[in-house]
Amino acid sequence: MKPNVLILRAPGTNCDLETAYAFELAGATAERIHVNQILSNPSELDRFQIMCFPGGFSYGDDIAAGRVMATKIRVNLFDTIQRFRDAGKLILGICNGFQILIKSGILVADDELGAPVTLTWNKSGVYTDRWTRLTVKGDKCVFLKGIESMYLPIAHAEGKFMARDDSVLDRLEAEGRLALRYVPEDNPNGAMRDVAGACDETGCVFGLMPHPERHIDKTQRPNWTRFRNDPDFADKVGDGLQIFKNAVDYFG
Amino acid sequence: MLWEVDIFAAQGLPDVAGSETKTDAADLGFSSSLTIGTARGYLVQGDLTREQIDLIVGKLLADPVVERANVGLVGDPELEKSLAGALGEIVYVLPKPGVTDVVADAARKSAAEYNVAPEAVRTFKKYWISGVDDVELKRLSRKLLSNDAIEQVAYGRLGFDSLQVGSSYQFELKVVPIRNMSDDDLIRLSKEGQLYLSLVEMQTIQMHFVSLDRDPTDVELETIAQTWSEHCSHKTLAGVVEYSDGIGEKRLFNNMLKETIFDSTVKIREKLGENDFCVSVFSDNAGVVKFDDEYNVCFKVETHNHPSALEPYGGANTGIGGVIRDPMGTGMGAKPVCNTDVFCFAPPQLDSEEVPNGVLHPRRVVKGVVAGVRDYGNRMGIPTVNGAVYFDKRYLGNPLVYCGNVGLIPVDKSFKEPKPNDLIVAMGGRTGRDGIHGATFSSAELTSESETLSGGAVQIGNAIVEKTVLDVMLEARDRNLYDAVTDCGAGGFSSAVGEMGEDIGAEVNLDAALLKYEGLSYSEIWISEAQERMVFAVPKEKWAELKALCDSEDVEAFVLGEFKPTGRLVLKYEGQTVADLDMKFMHKGRPRVVRQAVYTPTKVAPITVAETELWAQTTVSKSVAVACPCCKEGKTDATLDLEAILSSLNVASKHWVIRQYDHEVQGGSVLKPLVGVANDGPGDAAVLRPRVCSRRGLVISNGMNPNYGDYDCYNMAASAIDEAIRNAVAVGANPNTISILDNFCWGNADKPEVLGSLVRAALACQEISIAFGSPFISGKDSLNNEFRPEGKEPIAIPPSLLISAMGQVDDVETCVSMDLKEVGNTLYIVGVTRNELGGSHLSLVRNWVGGQVPTLDVELAKRTYNAVYQAIQKGLVRSAHDLSEGGLAVTAAESAFSGGLGAEISLDSIPFVESEDASLNELPGVPNSSDYIKLFSESNSRLLIEVPTSSIESFEEILSQGGVPYAQVGKVTETPRLKIASSDGSVLIDADLADLKLRWQKPFDLGGEYSD
Repeated sequence: MKPNVLILRAPGTNCDLETAYAFELAGATAERIHVNQILSNPSELDRFQIMCFPGGFSYGDDIAAGRVMATKIRVNLFDTIQRFRDAGKLILGICNGFQILIKSGILVADDELGAPVTLTWNKSGVYTDRWTRLTVKGDKCVFLKGIESMYLPIAHAEGKFMARDDSVLDRLEAEGRLALRYVPEDNPNGAMRDVAGACDETGCVFGLMPHPERHIDKTQRPNWTRFRNDPDFADKVGDGLQIFKNAVDYFG
Repeated sequence: MLWEVDIFAAQGLPDVAGSETKTDAADLGFSSSLTIGTARGYLVQGDLTREQIDLIVGKLLADPVVERANVGLVGDPELEKSLAGALGEIVYVLPKPGVTDVVADAARKSAAEYNVAPEAVRTFKKYWISGVDDVELKRLSRKLLSNDAIEQVAYGRLGFDSLQVGSSYQFELKVVPIRNMSDDDLIRLSKEGQLYLSLVEMQTIQMHFVSLDRDPTDVELETIAQTWSEHCSHKTLAGVVEYSDGIGEKRLFNNMLKETIFDSTVKIREKLGENDFCVSVFSDNAGVVKFDDEYNVCFKVETHNHPSALEPYGGANTGIGGVIRDPMGTGMGAKPVCNTDVFCFAPPQLDSEEVPNGVLHPRRVVKGVVAGVRDYGNRMGIPTVNGAVYFDKRYLGNPLVYCGNVGLIPVDKSFKEPKPNDLIVAMGGRTGRDGIHGATFSSAELTSESETLSGGAVQIGNAIVEKTVLDVMLEARDRNLYDAVTDCGAGGFSSAVGEMGEDIGAEVNLDAALLKYEGLSYSEIWISEAQERMVFAVPKEKWAELKALCDSEDVEAFVLGEFKPTGRLVLKYEGQTVADLDMKFMHKGRPRVVRQAVYTPTKVAPITVAETELWAQTTVSKSVAVACPCCKEGKTDATLDLEAILSSLNVASKHWVIRQYDHEVQGGSVLKPLVGVANDGPGDAAVLRPRVCSRRGLVISNGMNPNYGDYDCYNMAASAIDEAIRNAVAVGANPNTISILDNFCWGNADKPEVLGSLVRAALACQEISIAFGSPFISGKDSLNNEFRPEGKEPIAIPPSLLISAMGQVDDVETCVSMDLKEVGNTLYIVGVTRNELGGSHLSLVRNWVGGQVPTLDVELAKRTYNAVYQAIQKGLVRSAHDLSEGGLAVTAAESAFSGGLGAEISLDSIPFVESEDASLNELPGVPNSSDYIKLFSESNSRLLIEVPTSSIESFEEILSQGGVPYAQVGKVTETPRLKIASSDGSVLIDADLADLKLRWQKPFDLGGEYSD
């Protein structure tokens, strides 16, 4: 079955078009829909098998990255999205989408002290665009199935994964949820335990700071001109495409 | 009730803002015993209970994982405590009332999600400072913590308990009795009213109203001043110019721009005939050329210099925001696909004592400008793919901020036509007092008083408002909901409605405008330059659908008036007519400006050591020390000169800027600004696929060299064009479909010799673009870039002509990058090296004056670029890097360390032409001057090209057939060293690549800990 993907956009979302393209390239049908439309009619979600929160600066990332959008979701759509997940469907958050999934409590549930994890200011204090080598830990996450490593770009100011304390990290790690890590020397933001992406307890909700949709074509890789004479160059695709394929294959 | 929320880093986490501020303070020369603690915060006004404020702090304003908050009513002594334990004097910095505060706005709106309804919110920064006396504290807050143009400072405690903004406005029609004024009165009115019109222009207005037998209203005068401003009408360059070049040639231009730059485009289009790739040039908000069967592309580069001098963050922020609206306002609206930015600054390491009153320290300017462009471009989701940064002390009072934007537009949406009786619809940001008098102000000279005089001209942007307008506009465009669109730039509604209604007429109801706050007069509404506004011509029957679309995406839009076919501009407020102007008088009634222009050529003199420090020297001397971990021992002079040039600020790596910009959003990035084995080499041009479903690419590059302008503006302009095209060709662009843009930033063009140098540059633009067949498709000028320090002679910027180029490639997979690829490959130099060290970077690091600046043999250049293009298309080229600042030595070093491979080069066979005048071939203190010239000359039209052994024959055949001089100069080696041998085989340069790279990477890195 060809899954339908909802690309949820909001004021300031800006990676929606290329993310939709990546899903289509992977074999899905993607539709970009404004959050206002979902807020006024949450049952629209029923048409979709995959929900994606793309990158960008939802509502300007004013106050904190993803905070305004996450607040809207927490207050108005939390139960709807829980039901979406409980129906065996998939949710992906990329960059700003990961920030929204974390700050709305969808990816890691609140405990009695509030949200146990966050994504906050890079150690450098500035927005950074660079490429990072990544490794996959464990096999919990549906989106990372069969992937061992990837080379993907990050582009964010607030991507440092932080937990309230070590016990939170230990628990998430033990559950196999800290699924995507930066190679330590490539950790671009000071994230605890080099976390680049994490999933929920089912493995069906996944968020990551790097942008897989920015590496689906071989010419997106920064130094691709060095490899053009390689025998396999003609057939190369970008590392990130497999994430979208995995999501599509899940419904295959 | 006014609550104060102070937010600190959580227990155990560092106060990052505090240590950064301390570092910045130390860089500005403040005492190292200073301690600084910080908090960010919110003032929340309204009838809120303690539980309510705690709720929104915990859920919305602070992040409990990494932050903690101290909350109280303003004035509560508990708020004097820093939760992080910082001690000292308390300083609050907060935006002045009415200044855009997007975070506060978001907080107010989001609180409603939790059923909390504050009346008003404002953000602030709070500092606890010790280790300085009162005088130093005030100086610190003025120099570093705040900017008086947009912020207010409170010491100890806040002196207010309410955030009210604006008071209601009582309508009162103002008439200016201009008919009875003497010339002195007219001059005074022009200046004090910030109209900045000349006496002749004021007299013309006076006569017009005498003939009408009435006096103008204030808003009529303002409208005329906006329309006639230099910024909006380019009256100097499009005016009458009497030019003489000092060696007998005189020319009278009736319209200088039209007869030089526009003329070249007309000629090129004629010659291209059916291959003409221009679509719409010099007529719309951006120049439009063909891209593929379905889409055209448009390109515009603007400057936002004066506002950036006063408030670097806001000025640059709205600079990029403004230029993005140009493609958005081109045709029926283009989708922006990439940004470019070029900055000119004084060196950031300048001693504080050298910074005059009324001028911000260049370090603040640099950081503010870079951050301003970053925060807008990134939020808009437009990749910033190309740029440059130049340094010269003369940019101290006048930093230059060039921002460019490229848009993609469907072929059938490339033209617009407002229709009579269409509604005038404004969309986007609300109107406030922001930027009042921006258009007239940007045409005036800055003085040490500008800061107080023109603070209102500074604006802060809100990128998300513009992004939402863009989202809605593209949807509305594709649904055919409007007939025309244009942006609100300088001059606000006045310019936008005036331009769009020029051939029809317009009637506007100013009280229909949505305002940010109460209290704006009709006149302020009309000329406000508040950001993020677009104006549309909408058929009446389409308005309901357009409004519904806007509502669905939280975009504000309203009907401002109607394009009534009267040929008049009528403004109304509360039903009363406040202006009634003849469109013809506005747009055609301005008296022609007549200017004298004189150019005196400088005679080429032998190179000598300068007696005083060169203006641009400051970009070198201090930066060298930064990267000098080892001593000079055992190094040749040429090696030391190469090191000095690599660490001079113009040449040094711009990674600190580049990494802060998203250059990959939209997914079309092919060649990024940083390339090479470790993604850190300086790419010549950016390549992107504006349509992710296609392999067709756009190539974006630029050329500029203000140093050459000190010698000869003709050669400077010719070199800039050659450099822009050369950069594009180096990555694989087709040299026959490159379009170019001009941006002239000059000094005071009232001075004949200043205007003369500009005309000289424009003449070069005309000749060279025709010869290349590269049409100018758009351009802009910014004159009067002079700064007058208190009681001193004005300092003018060097002539600064930016040429931006946009090329195309059929298949991006043919593109090449500049980093060396494979051991054993052969290195070629293509082109002729001449004795052209005038204005070069070798001259800069040696503090030399004199010499010949690079000239251009444009026919040879054309042959060269066509040959290189063919070779790249055939896959014969593994890397190509252009030769520019620092000549062959710098190019070879950059190619080598970017590829992580060594290079061995010999100079003996390089195609080389010495000066005929033997005295010019001597260099002070250099025994082997011809080798030095070969190493460091900045002759145009040259590239260093890497070719695999298997392709040598085909490569040389293409060059020979094209009549292009070339030579094999060396090999790519495994040893990570750059070795260059002189003609007699002796060692000229032998340097470790890691060391060279470090010297190149370090000097322009102003903070942030990421390692690149």
